[in-house]
Amino acid sequence: MQFGESWRRVRDGERPMVPIIVALIALWIIFGAMSPTFWTPGNLVNLTMQSVSTGIVALGVVLALLIGQIDLSVGAIGGLAAALVAVTSMSMGWPLALSVVLGLLVGAAVGTLYGVLIARAGLPGFVLTLAGLLIITGLQWNTLGSAGSINLPFDSWLVQFSQTAFVPQWLAWVLVALLTLGVAAGRVVTRHRRQAADLPAESVPAILVWTLLVAVAVGVPVAYLGQDRGIGWAVVLFLALVWGTDVALRRTRWGRGIRAVGGNRTAARLAGMPVRWLVVTACLACSTLAALGGVLAAGRLAAANQSTGGGEVFLMAIAAAVVGGASLYGGRGSAWSAFVGILVIQSIANGLTLLDLDAATRNIVTGAALVLAVTIDTALSRRRNPVTAANSF
Amino acid sequence: MTATVSLRGVSKNFGAVQALIDVDLEIRSGEVLAVVGDNGAGKSTLMSVASGSTTVSTGVLSIDGAPVKFASPADARRHGIVASPQQLALCDNLDVVENLYLGHETTGRMGLMDEVQMEHNARELLDSLAAKIPDVRVPVHALSGGQRRSVSIARALLGSPRVILLDEPTNALGVRQTAQILTLIGRLRARGHAVVLASHSITDVLAVADRIVVMRLGRLVAEYQAASTTVEELLGAITGATTTLNTGSNPTVSTGAMSAVNLSRHTADGAHNAIR
Repeated sequence: MQFGESWRRVRDGERPMVPIIVALIALWIIFGAMSPTFWTPGNLVNLTMQSVSTGIVALGVVLALLIGQIDLSVGAIGGLAAALVAVTSMSMGWPLALSVVLGLLVGAAVGTLYGVLIARAGLPGFVLTLAGLLIITGLQWNTLGSAGSINLPFDSWLVQFSQTAFVPQWLAWVLVALLTLGVAAGRVVTRHRRQAADLPAESVPAILVWTLLVAVAVGVPVAYLGQDRGIGWAVVLFLALVWGTDVALRRTRWGRGIRAVGGNRTAARLAGMPVRWLVVTACLACSTLAALGGVLAAGRLAAANQSTGGGEVFLMAIAAAVVGGASLYGGRGSAWSAFVGILVIQSIANGLTLLDLDAATRNIVTGAALVLAVTIDTALSRRRNPVTAANSF
Repeated sequence: MTATVSLRGVSKNFGAVQALIDVDLEIRSGEVLAVVGDNGAGKSTLMSVASGSTTVSTGVLSIDGAPVKFASPADARRHGIVASPQQLALCDNLDVVENLYLGHETTGRMGLMDEVQMEHNARELLDSLAAKIPDVRVPVHALSGGQRRSVSIARALLGSPRVILLDEPTNALGVRQTAQILTLIGRLRARGHAVVLASHSITDVLAVADRIVVMRLGRLVAEYQAASTTVEELLGAITGATTTLNTGSNPTVSTGAMSAVNLSRHTADGAHNAIR
């Protein structure tokens, strides 16, 4: 492909990941130069582990944004789920697995309620989830009771999974090899099918380059993080969720429907898409992921308290989704937006902490990054559709 | 030639407004039938009645001689009648293939969509229509108005319908893009579809239609063979200056004068459309 054409695609937002990855690398170089600790394997392992819970919440936010909605209560849902897990497993003696399932089900129920109210009654998601944020935070505090904080034992699998469970290095390398082979095989098969169907197909060198890129992108972190504790199982879970969501969005009728509803709701309805069902399922998936993120956050803290999922969690999750390229105008973004976005947000937080800068500076810098991301988002939307982008806010 | 679809005495009223009054019409395969008329003449209502978007108040719609009733556009689609609406129903953020197959995707193994198959079929369909879309994997927002219209029409063709209803397909298009769409309509006829084309633009209609019917105030007032009619004759029928139907028994000087005013306005419109 010509360089000019590649540049046009980046400029028009058809390759949304490219500028974000460039920004991420720039951030890492800057922080690395300012604080030598940033680049140590130990710190980067921390960075990945810190990213998991909010990243999973951000993945849910991406789904809500794709259908043109937003969920402001994702943090609160996570907090309520964490509180329920703590209370049922610690105070009521339920098996932990059952408690976690209950937490996820409550998240799913909240999402379903949102979805039905948005799709059936036509309520605006922004205000609905703002009300939900207040109500759910109240429920979370009630659930926790007067204690306000419940500790989880360090030997519970939830805490270990979120803190200390790492993939053995040999297994990590096996996974890298399988992944690389899988990518190569997938591309070769696609190439053959496209050639058989008389369509333009990827050249063999391009497949080799891509395979090599994937091998490097996965292999280098495994090798580097392996010098410390390695890749956490929680990180593997996050990546698996992102990958699964990505496949669902790109290759299933459900995912196509989600993107269509976000792009043009009327067109999707005229095409026979079950618009209401799609809105409900997107909200359901968003809240369930938010609940999972909250439970994992409690696991990482080894406690559920009133501030679990509170404060800036939902802001960081939404910021991560938008920084990662999910559009506030709906219809644009991918599952990988959540992954790259949370890496940017957490890198800023992590790097500034290493520089001994306080939470105030962190908030200001994160806010500035968000403004930049929204500016790019709006510019791209305007380029596409001058009328709607100008009028929707 | 037998009629694929026929309307007999079809009327439609919205409350007190009579949008269609006692319309008789035959739609035939391999023929481009143009419906012309002023704003509010009932063109769009006729199209939506035929495509199942609205139900008829009285009268009979039949396919191959058998009476049918459409409950929805999907119902009409099952009977082989599809419409490409005036408002383009495309998702800007999806690419051409995704838009073409929206709502009826081809699924392959494990419930995943068969992108290769869909892209292959999309390419074939667009090529058979001579639609100039070089890359079917670009988002629709990057296409020109004519290309978007082509995608919208191609979308209507996917179920191999017998009748295609096009409402103002050349609206807001430039000269070259209009020519593209008119070529495409010719292709549709060559493929054996029955095409019904509602349009303001007399020049476009004369360029592509076989048969032209004129509507005025909800009535079908005249029918012409495109080969043997003129712009003046059509404009006269549209404005009521020449037709003897429905003008009452005593046309007065004042109606004649009004018609003349309308006629000049329409000539200006026609010229404007031709320039566009």
